[in-house]
Amino acid sequence: MANYYTDKPELRFHLNNELMHKIVALREGDFSEAAEYPYAPLDYDDAVDNYDRLLDIVGDITANVIAPNSESVDAEGPHLKNGRVTYAAGTQENLRTMVSAGMNGLTMPRRYGGLNIPITVYTIANEIVSAGDASFENIWSLQDCIETLYEFGSEEQRKKYIPRVCAGETMSMDLTEPDAGSDLQSVMLHASYSEKDGCWLLNGVKRFITNGDSDIHLVLARSEEGTHDGRGLSMFIYDKRNGGVNVRRIENKLGIHGSPTCELVYKNAHAELCGDRRLGLIKYVMALMNGARLGIAAQSVGISQAAYDAALSYATDRRQFGKPIIEMPAVYNILSTMKAKLDAGRALLYETSRYVDIYKSYDDIARSRKLTPEERQESKKYSRLADCFTPLAKGMNSEYANQNSYDGIQIHGGSGFMLEYPCQRYYRDARITSIYEGTTQLQTVAAIRYVTNGTYMGVIREMLAAPVQPAYEPLKARIAAMADKTDAAVAAVKAAGSQEFHDLHARSLYEMTADTVMALLLLRDASQAPELFDKSLRVYLNYAEAEVARHASLVAAAGVDDIALYVQAPAKAEEE
Amino acid sequence: MSLKIVVLAKQVPDTRNVGKDAMTPQGTVNRSALPAIFNPEDLNALEQALRLKDQNPGTTVTVVTMGPPRATEIIREAMYRGADGGVLLTSRAFAGADTLATSYALSMAIRKIGIPDLVIGGRQAIDGDTAQVGPQVAEKLGLNQVTYVNNINSCDGKEITVTRHIDGGVEVVKAPMPIMLTVNGDADPCRPRNAKLVMTYKRAMTPIERPKDGEVPHKEQYEKHPFLNITQWTEADVNADLSQCGLAGSPTKVKAVENIVFKTKESKRLGTSDDEINGLIQELLANHTIG
Repeated sequence: MANYYTDKPELRFHLNNELMHKIVALREGDFSEAAEYPYAPLDYDDAVDNYDRLLDIVGDITANVIAPNSESVDAEGPHLKNGRVTYAAGTQENLRTMVSAGMNGLTMPRRYGGLNIPITVYTIANEIVSAGDASFENIWSLQDCIETLYEFGSEEQRKKYIPRVCAGETMSMDLTEPDAGSDLQSVMLHASYSEKDGCWLLNGVKRFITNGDSDIHLVLARSEEGTHDGRGLSMFIYDKRNGGVNVRRIENKLGIHGSPTCELVYKNAHAELCGDRRLGLIKYVMALMNGARLGIAAQSVGISQAAYDAALSYATDRRQFGKPIIEMPAVYNILSTMKAKLDAGRALLYETSRYVDIYKSYDDIARSRKLTPEERQESKKYSRLADCFTPLAKGMNSEYANQNSYDGIQIHGGSGFMLEYPCQRYYRDARITSIYEGTTQLQTVAAIRYVTNGTYMGVIREMLAAPVQPAYEPLKARIAAMADKTDAAVAAVKAAGSQEFHDLHARSLYEMTADTVMALLLLRDASQAPELFDKSLRVYLNYAEAEVARHASLVAAAGVDDIALYVQAPAKAEEE
Repeated sequence: MSLKIVVLAKQVPDTRNVGKDAMTPQGTVNRSALPAIFNPEDLNALEQALRLKDQNPGTTVTVVTMGPPRATEIIREAMYRGADGGVLLTSRAFAGADTLATSYALSMAIRKIGIPDLVIGGRQAIDGDTAQVGPQVAEKLGLNQVTYVNNINSCDGKEITVTRHIDGGVEVVKAPMPIMLTVNGDADPCRPRNAKLVMTYKRAMTPIERPKDGEVPHKEQYEKHPFLNITQWTEADVNADLSQCGLAGSPTKVKAVENIVFKTKESKRLGTSDDEINGLIQELLANHTIG
């Protein structure tokens, strides 16, 4: 029987990465929870075996429930009646099945009903689900909002909400408003404390809220009267059981049809403050967003995989000029590039998730005891790595998902343009990934300071120093040359001393860095498992090398004096 | 109200996706070429049992299966979905059993467990397709039986109401308990394996699965968690009469297995004109083939 996990040996390879030892050690300590919970692991191998079995279930459900439902979910979409959302029938079945399989609140501690699964394992599950139906992945994976509630909520709030999420209640993060999209500092949803009700009251409108009729909402609202920036915002928990929030409309979208994107109206909605006032945006939403960005990176890789699988299968079956089209260079050129981007992006995704795992585990340990100076230092190191890798993983994978799903349609030719094949859904679903949870342009903004301050280059140089098998030495030399080109381009942009010039070329510098990092990650993975990654490494390197050269050329061609060429002005209105 | 439920289940070769090497040259099933799975309709039956357990706290669901040592797999599979435990009937004496000998062995095991409120199993197994074992178990235990069940509508421990499949429709039947039910493939599919239960029960095994030499990993867990020890019985454990077990107790003798090839007998070739097609439709309507 098909299984989206066991059918892809690449996933098990990433599960068994050597950093997993550190992650399991940090999360499970001396494995003492086994005394209390019969499902807690007894040692490292036992823990990884648990993860493997969990992913096997996710792969099974995805292949046999979620993927078969995806077409009807896309066609039906959610419904709105009297301010409440009902999911498409297929979405309901998907959710019921996943809840029944115990796939909610996975990363939460066991004492609240969770399974204490590392973020990396959860992220693999996320990728798998997305390959079956990206729109369902949205709904299911919003469970990771609970991470933020766990990290910043009170013990009372944890006890109240985490078990409910583990039992299958859904979540949403209510951030965006009509006039506050990328610029969340402008959020205006009004929060005022009511002495009479003994709670906060929320009033106003939110827009573009994914799964907006969820059971438990995390809401960004303005709690400080008279403020206008991010420092006046706090985070609140709204429990649907209290009422006060209605869905005014469900957006009609290009893709992810199964995922209800809602406009919400808050009328004296009772809410609890989560964490401290004024830290809503600057601390909690940033944490929330980093988690969500990793989620979108996983969603993107899932779509890339689905697009590649569909294209590969079509190219194998489709015959033209007397032979299967997969045998034609023009076709296998596209397919091999798709696979290379998929493997490169995936390597970046799980490298990032491992960094997140490590620093979050340290954060969690720090909640119960003081970290030693060495631990503190390591925690800081991985926290910084997670911060700088997350925007790379999200930005690059979402762009690759778009490119791969575009190429996937191209492989299908005219049939791909018809709505019968799922490749068109991957194309439509992929389109949002480079927009929500921060556009690629904003991922560039988040990453660029690490480009210019040498953080990435430090990681790159460290990776270049690691040994590889002799056959790969020449490849490593080529990657070293890519790193040098990137360094030179960064230096040139910095030397120009113009912020605008710097911003104009930021995307190029970001991509050069990401291409180099991904080539190095594939080099490492291929050294360990050439049977899985050798081809992708070589194809990706050819591609990435050309990309780096292209960006170097762009940066060299447009100097500070050329900025004016790029500046666009609104078309002049005709005089009346 | 808590119920005692026994689910009868069988591990079968997956005959749904049969490849070229599914049969041996001798005409028997090539078991090594077909993955061994939980008989699909037994999973439908398990789901019905688990729903009663969900509704009635304290209810126990015990899976009983007869087969080789590896059939323990389906007991674990059932535990991953919510069953409390199971019994593996395994011994050379049980080998080669037809439906009569199988139902005898199963009924003796159920007697040993103690007659439960409900015995439930799939309508038939996808290897033999006989649909005889469930009804024969009921006869041997002197239980009422309802076959072809699509759904258990209600159950109060004394009476059970079910919807069963009949030709051209369904029938709602109320019957006194204890009772034996056989469940159709049309019934709701079984719930998935649950992650927490898989982690809890993955080490569960029957004595015969233990490594012959060398230690079981994490041996202490089997003392700490009795549920990790799956019960295994032989004919002696269930006080079975040897002459009624296995090959000895099986009156069915397979003489030969033949492939059935459908041949065209009264075929008629039609053209593609509307008239000819209309003519055929009229003919089929007239002899009630369609309509």
